[in-house]
Parts: sequence; C-alpha cells; structure tokens
Amino acid sequence: MIIKVRERTKMSAYERLYLPEVFRGLGVTLKHLFHNLFGNHKTRPLQTVRYPEQKLNYPERFRGQHRLLRRDNGSTRCVACYLCATACPAYCIHIVAGEAKDPKIEKYPTSFTIDMLRCIYCGLCVEACPEDAIRMDTGIHTKPFLARSDAVMGHLELLAFPGQKDTSLPYGAQEYRVLKNTEKI
Amino acid sequence: MAFLIITTLIKLIIIEFLFLLPLAAILTWMERRQSAYIQDRVGPTRAGITIFNHRFTLWGLIHIVADAIKMFFKEPFIPAKADKIFFKLAPLIPFAISLIIMALVPFGPDIKCIDIPIIGTWLLTNFPEYSNITLQIARVDTGLLLVFAISSLSIYGIILAGWASNNRYALLGGLRAVAQAISYEITLGLTIVGIFIIFGTAELSQIVAAQQQPLFTSLPTWGVFVQPLGAVFFFIAAIAESKRLPFDLPEGESEIIGYFVEYSSMAFGMFMLGEYLEIVVLSAVFTTLFFGGWHLPIIINLQINSFLAAILGMIIFGVKVFLLSALQLQIRWTLPRFRYDQLMRLGWKNILPIALANIFITAGLVWIDPTYKLAAYFGMGLTIIFIILVIIGPRRATLTATTSFNNPNQNQV
Repeated sequence: MIIKVRERTKMSAYERLYLPEVFRGLGVTLKHLFHNLFGNHKTRPLQTVRYPEQKLNYPERFRGQHRLLRRDNGSTRCVACYLCATACPAYCIHIVAGEAKDPKIEKYPTSFTIDMLRCIYCGLCVEACPEDAIRMDTGIHTKPFLARSDAVMGHLELLAFPGQKDTSLPYGAQEYRVLKNTEKI
Repeated sequence: MAFLIITTLIKLIIIEFLFLLPLAAILTWMERRQSAYIQDRVGPTRAGITIFNHRFTLWGLIHIVADAIKMFFKEPFIPAKADKIFFKLAPLIPFAISLIIMALVPFGPDIKCIDIPIIGTWLLTNFPEYSNITLQIARVDTGLLLVFAISSLSIYGIILAGWASNNRYALLGGLRAVAQAISYEITLGLTIVGIFIIFGTAELSQIVAAQQQPLFTSLPTWGVFVQPLGAVFFFIAAIAESKRLPFDLPEGESEIIGYFVEYSSMAFGMFMLGEYLEIVVLSAVFTTLFFGGWHLPIIINLQINSFLAAILGMIIFGVKVFLLSALQLQIRWTLPRFRYDQLMRLGWKNILPIALANIFITAGLVWIDPTYKLAAYFGMGLTIIFIILVIIGPRRATLTATTSFNNPNQNQV
C-alpha cells in the first residue's frame, strides 16, 4: 500500500495576520481587472474568441466537411473499393458499387453516403483512399440538421462542395480556405 | 406640512428609486462583468436589441432586463407544507429594510430654499417657515443606533425563509445565517462606539458635518483617518452581516444548500436583489461613517450656490458608494470562503477583542488629547505600518509565481 504523505506547510506569523495577504490578493485581482479593462489585445490576459463574430484561422491540416473529387473528365474518382468504409471506425460510410463502362476502372459508386451524425471526423477514410477521391480539406463545419435523415449526405452533395477546382494538387498541398476574422466587436 | 410631504417624496424618489435600486441592478451586471475580467473571461455579451439591423448589447447591460423578465415569468412555486404567509413575507423583509436604512443616510448638504432656481423665491414667500431642505429623508437624533436596530431585523427575513420553507436544509441554512449575524453584530456595534467617542453624536448628518472639520491643514477628520481599525473591522463585520463572500456560509451558492432553496421566480429574485441592495446600503453607511459622506476636502472652500453644492455633494456621495460597492465585489472574487469554525473563531476570538481594544485605545487617546490629533497619529501610524507590511512582507516562493500577461498566441485575435 502506498501512502503519500503530504506535508502541510504552516502559515507564518505574517501570513496569519491575514489582512496584508488579503490586500496582496486584491492587488492581483485588480491587476487582472485593469489589464482586461484598459489593455489592448496584446497586453490583456483575456484570450476569449467571441466565436460567431470572431473566428480563428484553422490549422492547415484541419479536418472539416468531406468532399469527393472528380477526375479531369468530370467523373468521380471513387472506384468503390470499400477501403474507406472498412477503415471507418464509426461505420458512417455506405457505398453501393456499380459496374463502370471504362474497363480500366471496373467499378464506380452508384451511391456513396456519409452519415454526418455518426462521423467522428477522424480522417481515416482519407488516409485509406488509394485514389485520393475523398478529402476533408473544405475547412467548413458540417451544418446543423433539422432531421436525422438530412444528415446523410449522398455523393452528389459531396461532389458539390467548394474547393472542387484544385483537384490536381495532392492532398494537403492546396491553399486552405481560411475563415477570415470579422472585425473586433 | 404640504411642503414637507412633497420634498420628502422627491427625496425618496431620488435616493431610493433613482439611486439605490438602479445601482443595485447595475451591480448584478457588474458582478458578472467584473468577475469575468478578474478571471480573464469576457462575461455577459449576448443579450441585445436589434434596431435597424444594428445589434445593441450595451456591454451586456441588457442582461439586467433579461434577468428581470426571466424572473417574472417563471413559476412561483410554494412547497405544499410550507407556511404560506411567512414564505411569501420572508423575501420582502431584507428588501424593505435596505430601503428603510437608506432613508436615514444623508446624501447631500442642506439646500437653502432661495438658491433653488426658478421656484426659489416662490417657495420662500409661500413657505416662510421652511428655509432649508435637508437631503436626508429622516433626520433622527438616534440615527446610527436606529440604523443598526433596523439592520439587525433583516435576519428575520432569513430565518423566516428557512423555517417557512419546511425544508431541513433551508432551516439549517437559516440557522447558520443567524449564528453568523449574531456573532458579527457585536463587532459591528463595538466598532461604531469609536465613532461615537470621536464625533460625540449618533445623528448621521452631524457625523458627516463633524468629519468636515480640518484635522491637519487640509486633511478632514474622516473616520478612516482617526479610526482606521474601526473602519477595517466595521467593513469586515458588515460584509459578514450581508452574507457575502468570504462569509457566505448561509447561502454558499456553489456548494452548500442555503436558506432559499425552495424559492423560485421573483421571490428568489427579491432575495438576490436584496443582497445587492445590502451592498449599496452598507457602502452608503460606511461612506457616511468613515469616508465623510457627501463631502470631499477639495471642494469645501468653494463658495458656490447651495443648490449646486447639493448636486455636487450627491454626485460625490454616489461615486464614493459606487467605489465601495465595487470594492466589495472585488473582495468577493478574491477571497475563498471561510470554514464555519474559522468564521466563528475570526468573529469571536480575533475581531471582537481588537474591536474592544480599539474602544479603550480611542477613549484613552481622546481623553489625553481632545482635538483627536493623537488618535489620528495613532491611526496613521498603524496605516503606514500596514502599508509597509503589505509592500515588504515576506512572500512564499511558490505562491508568488507571477502571471505573464503576454498573449502566447498573439497572432490569434
């Protein structure tokens, strides 16, 4: 059995006067109050970001809403290999495969859905994809839903996300959509 | 008679409804905002009004209105076995008592009727028997004693709330409050004995007048200069009386169940507003006794119209009360709560003997030197020693880790 003995330090005679220490404490809180009241944004210790009005720049590898990518001819890059659905720890990707006309490609998804309420935004689907067909680089949050059925996004929706132009760049290399700070309130 | 009734009503409106209640309401906002800034948070900013596509939040001041609306529209719930009459009566008592005490406090110098613009001469011709208007609703000879007699009644509101709820936790909270109030009331009574000795009167406006006398060249005989010990212990005991942190054991809003567990809606709101009223009233009494009331040494020699002087006096009084209220809020967000045994030990074994000693020392010093100079030297000596102690006092290495105000993520915002 481990017994941890914590020594309790006794207060010195000066500290037991209590009042001087109270005034020192008041000094500390006053310092914070004045720095926050009159300081500019560099000197004030207050760090709060007033979220809906003010937004932080997200880091470069921020995982936002998914999107599906197209080939240069406009068809979806996905070959319905099920690797993303297999890798998904939340089981939120559902793929129904169909036979592609191009014999080199073999398969394409007739339906590709992601349940956004189940998704944990871990990015494993992106890692698993051999075709660079799915990315989480849109930099936007998933919008709130009114019905659970709205949360299931089909591949047409996923293909329609912004950021669609820069498909030629490899994942992570393109410039990020950065949400700008609105002016300070 | 009509003159007295009308002037009293005007004074009532000014001090109670234009000063006391709005300041108490603002303090509810200030408490949140100040505590937020002390703890490096932002505080209330959400409530607002949108006019022509522009959102007005007034630094969160609209939260006061939002609070009031919320309180009024909640369901007033009364427990089935509660004592209905006392349950409803209890929140009114501390509220009413704060209003009564404010009526005894002088909030400005006397106005000569002639000096009032426009109606001055008309007043003088029609009411020649009243030449002065006192800026104090009730001028009672036993003023200070009456203040304490009435303020100690407010504990009835608390014990009634605890008892009438028919809830054991509420009753225990009420009992804690009563034990605490009785312990600190004695100290409160003893600290004002020093004031009686120095100023020789219990009437509040005379106490203010006595504090205008110059002590040294330009320093006035403010209570805080001649009675610093009394001032400090009065303040401590008064905070304990109004049940604010660090003495908020009766209520203990974060952990312990207090005497108003069973209260909801505006009945709870009355308790809450009553607490802020008590802050203002306590600051007003403290200002009157120890900080010269409406008086400020710089403007004493200004030879101005008594009407203007009264307005100036009211502003000075308001500012002093406001600053002392802010100090009370600051104390609340600085100190942790006492344990109950620590509270009792502090009250009975530490503050009470010092308050008693203060009476003897003050009496002795005034007996030796009736011009209060000796008492003032003693008080100032104590104050200087105290300030030196605060500045050069030994500090623990672990406790004085300084906070860096440099924003680590300066490119963030």
